[in-house]
Amino acid sequence: MQAVLWSVLKLLIVLTFILLNAMLLIWLERKVSAWIQLRLGPMRVGRPQGWAQSIADVLKLLFKEDIVPSRVDKVLFVLGPIIAFMPALMVWAVIPFGPNFVSADLNIGVLYIAAIGSIGLMSIFTGGWGSNNKWSLISAMRSAAQLFSYEVPLVLALIGVVMLAGSLSLTDIIRAQQETAWYILYQPLGFLVFLIAGIAEVNRTPFDLSEAESELVAGWHVEYSGLRWAMYFLAEYGNLLALSALAATLFLGGWTAPFGLDFIPPFVWFLLKTYLFVFVAMWIRWTFPRVRIDQLMDLSWKFLIPVALLNIALTGIGITIFS
Amino acid sequence: MTSAKQELHREEMVINMGPQHPSTHGVLRAVVTLEGETVRGVDPVIGYLHRCFEKICEQKTWTQVIPYTDRTDYVAALTNELAYVLAVEKLMGLEVPERAQYIRVIMAELQRIASHLLWFGTFGNDLGAFTPFLYAFRERETLIDIFEKTTGARLTYNYIRLGGVRNDLPADFERETLAFLEKLEKGLEEYHNLLIGNAIFEYRTKGLGVLTAEQAVAWGASGPTLRASGVAWDLRKSEPYLVYDRFDFEVPVGQKGDIYDRCICRMKEMEESAKIVRQALEGLPEGDVVGKVPRVIKPPQGQAYAAVEAPRGELGCFVVSDGGIKPYRVKWRSPCFVHLQLLDVIARGELVADFIANIGSIDIILGEVDR
Repeated sequence: MQAVLWSVLKLLIVLTFILLNAMLLIWLERKVSAWIQLRLGPMRVGRPQGWAQSIADVLKLLFKEDIVPSRVDKVLFVLGPIIAFMPALMVWAVIPFGPNFVSADLNIGVLYIAAIGSIGLMSIFTGGWGSNNKWSLISAMRSAAQLFSYEVPLVLALIGVVMLAGSLSLTDIIRAQQETAWYILYQPLGFLVFLIAGIAEVNRTPFDLSEAESELVAGWHVEYSGLRWAMYFLAEYGNLLALSALAATLFLGGWTAPFGLDFIPPFVWFLLKTYLFVFVAMWIRWTFPRVRIDQLMDLSWKFLIPVALLNIALTGIGITIFS
Repeated sequence: MTSAKQELHREEMVINMGPQHPSTHGVLRAVVTLEGETVRGVDPVIGYLHRCFEKICEQKTWTQVIPYTDRTDYVAALTNELAYVLAVEKLMGLEVPERAQYIRVIMAELQRIASHLLWFGTFGNDLGAFTPFLYAFRERETLIDIFEKTTGARLTYNYIRLGGVRNDLPADFERETLAFLEKLEKGLEEYHNLLIGNAIFEYRTKGLGVLTAEQAVAWGASGPTLRASGVAWDLRKSEPYLVYDRFDFEVPVGQKGDIYDRCICRMKEMEESAKIVRQALEGLPEGDVVGKVPRVIKPPQGQAYAAVEAPRGELGCFVVSDGGIKPYRVKWRSPCFVHLQLLDVIARGELVADFIANIGSIDIILGEVDR
């Protein structure tokens, strides 16, 4: 009984954590972009620094009229945002927040994450197709092609880490890093591939082709408004957070403290490392132009995948020599 | 098994881009035929910003027309005024004091810089880079402040008058302008680091939207759009007006006529304009800023055409007078109108993303296309 209660509690904590963080990320994105663009960003709603802006935005969106355009495929249209939110939440089940704080320590954690990641594509495609809008259709087609191509290098980049740790469980991978060193040192190539493919996977500039404001207006969510749109939006940030947490776990040793700085609790370390990646992703987003769809494909199939395969080969050679 | 052998059903999709679209630079509507993501045809639909500019001019006195010209190309209002005023002055044979001519050159070149800065910002936006926009506006803001101090307005200046300019330059104009030009130099370097020098930027612009020199001349292109194709035609050099023949400056020319060349041409033009402004400030003569102008403007019967090198190309104004206090006819030769027709030529066969980059690269202002 106590075990059940404990897992329910853990679930609730994780859920709250993600939703609060997604909102914090939206605020952070505004602030970081403002900082890069010589602006102030939100300042008025909540002092200091407009901290309540995201809360105000979410409230506003909650009270907006729920518009379902007349010619849309209703089932798909409604389903889209719900599916969007699911993978962003599900990934967190296996990510360890601290030494003993993980919702479900699956022994196939990495595989599970790779599988869950593909669901995100479904939401974009259902939304884009169901909207019955030419812009969203183009966007849906683009994102199908994009996410499909970037799944491959992403998973290939994970394989190097799994080979080093000898386990698919995220907790084991962290423990293995604790014993040796952070895998970013052993896997610089793998990390690079993971970073690029990951940014493409969460649809951010320079790979935000399915949203591509200047080309496709707003891409797959052009017909969405109010709460449904907010769900897509929150999911986007949930995904970014999940990706960053994953990067921190796989390549920066997760919750472990570096340089013997043990007095800072593991949970804080985990957050710090996660937000480091969040910041890098934001930094890239606000300084780069967008690539084109064919260039995006070239990058994945002609560059990232060969590099990822090379990384696997090198890792294999390294393991045989040094063990 | 037979169905698998059958060819896939292919269909072209007609998509309506605009008049409400983030990248159509105003209210352009383009009917684009797509095959997948490839553009098979572009049909620009104009007229959403038509305000009967030329007809209204016939209802106003000769001086009252000047503020209206500001509203055509609202990003470069001063050069519009200049084209009209030069045409009327030609018709009347008015003498313009040398100081006024210098001031006109300074203002026109600063206006070119302001206009190109805005183009740079929006072009970055078209490519999906949002930050350059804010950077360009930082520099432009300083410039607009200088304009405000000089003319009293930030966008529609009504500064260039028949026979001269409205008022003399303010006391600290020279110091502030020189300070701005220094800031601009640093800014241009930053733009290069941020956008123009980025590998993605080169991938997105090189070899795309190619306009050959023959095509450019045949379609009547002018300005940076023409010069990027390798034709060194600049009215300031080839048919000097005002006092442009006294300054030493280059005309940047491209080679391939692709989007990249058009961008580089504009970036270099800003540097050249800065050069001209510096020289003009140095050689600025003393004297009146308005010549002897009759109290009532009544040009003699006849017609005149004057063209200036506006930021976007050759901006021509043709005026006809019947000897009355109002123009009989004012005709505007707008570079943007000509360039808009090029869209189909340069964007066909390329992808949707390139189409957006193409719109940005020819730098159209719909206020001038429609008038």
